[in-house]
Amino acid sequence: MSIDKDTVRKVARLARIAEPEQRLEPLAKELSGILDWIEQLNEVDVEGVEAMASTVDVTLPLREDVPQDGPTGGGQPDNVVANAPKTEDHFFVVPKVVE
Amino acid sequence: MTNPADLTLAQLRDALKEKKVSSLEATDAYLARIEKAKPLNTFVTVTADKARDMAKASDAKISKGEGGDLEGVPLGIKDLFCTEGVLTTAGSHILDGFTPRYESTVTTNLWRDGAVMLGKLNLDEFAMGSSNETSFYGNVINPWRRECDHTPLTPGGSSGGSSAAVAARLCAAATATDTGGSIRQPASLTNTVGVKPTYGRVSRWGIVAFASSLDQAGPMAQDVRDAAIMLKSMAGHDPKDSTCINRPVPDYEAALGASLKGMKIGVPKEYRIDGMPDEIEKLWAQGIDWMKDAGCEIVDISLPLTKYALPVYYIVAPAEASSNLARYDGVKYGHRTKDFDDILSMYENTRAEGFGDEVKRRILIGTYVLSAGYYDAYYLRAQKVRKRIFDEFTEAFSKVDLILTPSAPSAAFGLGEKTSDPVQMYLNDVFTVTGNLAGLPGASVPAGYDKQGLPLGLQLLARPFDEETMFKGMYAIEQAAGATKRPQVWWE
Repeated sequence: MSIDKDTVRKVARLARIAEPEQRLEPLAKELSGILDWIEQLNEVDVEGVEAMASTVDVTLPLREDVPQDGPTGGGQPDNVVANAPKTEDHFFVVPKVVE
Repeated sequence: MTNPADLTLAQLRDALKEKKVSSLEATDAYLARIEKAKPLNTFVTVTADKARDMAKASDAKISKGEGGDLEGVPLGIKDLFCTEGVLTTAGSHILDGFTPRYESTVTTNLWRDGAVMLGKLNLDEFAMGSSNETSFYGNVINPWRRECDHTPLTPGGSSGGSSAAVAARLCAAATATDTGGSIRQPASLTNTVGVKPTYGRVSRWGIVAFASSLDQAGPMAQDVRDAAIMLKSMAGHDPKDSTCINRPVPDYEAALGASLKGMKIGVPKEYRIDGMPDEIEKLWAQGIDWMKDAGCEIVDISLPLTKYALPVYYIVAPAEASSNLARYDGVKYGHRTKDFDDILSMYENTRAEGFGDEVKRRILIGTYVLSAGYYDAYYLRAQKVRKRIFDEFTEAFSKVDLILTPSAPSAAFGLGEKTSDPVQMYLNDVFTVTGNLAGLPGASVPAGYDKQGLPLGLQLLARPFDEETMFKGMYAIEQAAGATKRPQVWWE
């Protein structure tokens, strides 16, 4: 088994997903099942092969550094916060972070 | 006059133009059908009022002799596309109440060309699934059933709402997305045509992101012509998606019916997998014969790394998903837990409540393979194998024009049959996922039926941005197969 209970606990914390203690063991089994299956990639010779992040072989386009029109433009605080669970004066409200 | 909802998209488009039917009549016909098709659970949201308003606007344009390529044609939209002022869920509890203030580029293009929105179609949560069983809004039921029993079957996934709605004729056509096979596999299971274009052909802007280097939107349609019409409207350059390529969009419909004489069709021996039903093997052989009859030369090719494509996918896709889904934190939109003491428990409980099991599983896998100490062993290695798979296809396409394979390793299966073992479910995408890793265009075309009367599709893969050649091949298969059966209406 490639993943144990403690690793699941650590990864769930990194992923910011609360997993109850009794779920850790079953998850360790499930994730190990998937990762064991993935292990077969070790059979492939990748010596000297370049890692590929995208199939689109272009350099990213540049544009003038000015505000855009439309939905990606600035000056729309109402739209930005419209779907937030809790806001105040166009700020997102979260539990206190700094004491 | 026949029911306008019985027409193909192309037929309806022409009937609208000739004023034989109004868009409002067609829209009402579809809305009536949708109302009666609740047992299929295809729609998350039906936008009846908006549909009628859009239809009336189209009728006004048509009466003045104006209108775009899709003027007045009612469509279903996979609920992964953001639609301004209309609830967009991605099939997830965590997007509760999310009503975008903007419209995705694909849907903007469709409305520009005059299409009418009937509503938002159900899907696997965040498009993660192959059977539409992970949606917070419940399973979608395939309109197709086995001849001898009434077991509810999967319409495939993740675009299961799209495939079922088109198969049941609840919309003229639908949008869908494909990250590992989510257009082509559901198309195969429902006797519909599904096209995943080349990565970069269609803008991803405004589509809820799953795995950004693999996601691509495409049409789900009643036949090849309809798919060609849809893709022409959906595709095109968009400065808002930096991976969307600036090159002209051909008239795909014009490619239909062209001769295939002298075309080279590759048949990869590695796609003959253990446990594949005889019927699929036979159908594939039949497809090869059809291509020969059309004047093609069949070329045996080898893609030895095929078996590694799914393992690569299950590193790359979860890794990208774990990053993309970090934005769902209970702060900016959607669900926020009521149960928290501080910001950390707010994040953790919001995400625990908001995500379903499959999404959590993939986020955890993605987080793990990207975490310190494992990055090189998993993620970097997967990207290198991906490059080798890409090179293998480039090499193959130096010898052939198209590659012909089955679309899916089985016909539609019963709901619940494959949910206990994630890896078994993942194997559904064994024939399609290579196309995503290599960024190639791929399509599934209805080609025949198994002995229980369930539809089976064949897949064509083409060179990057050569959708035209793919459409030529698709049309030839469609003509030769004549697999135009419709499911019996049992749900009304």
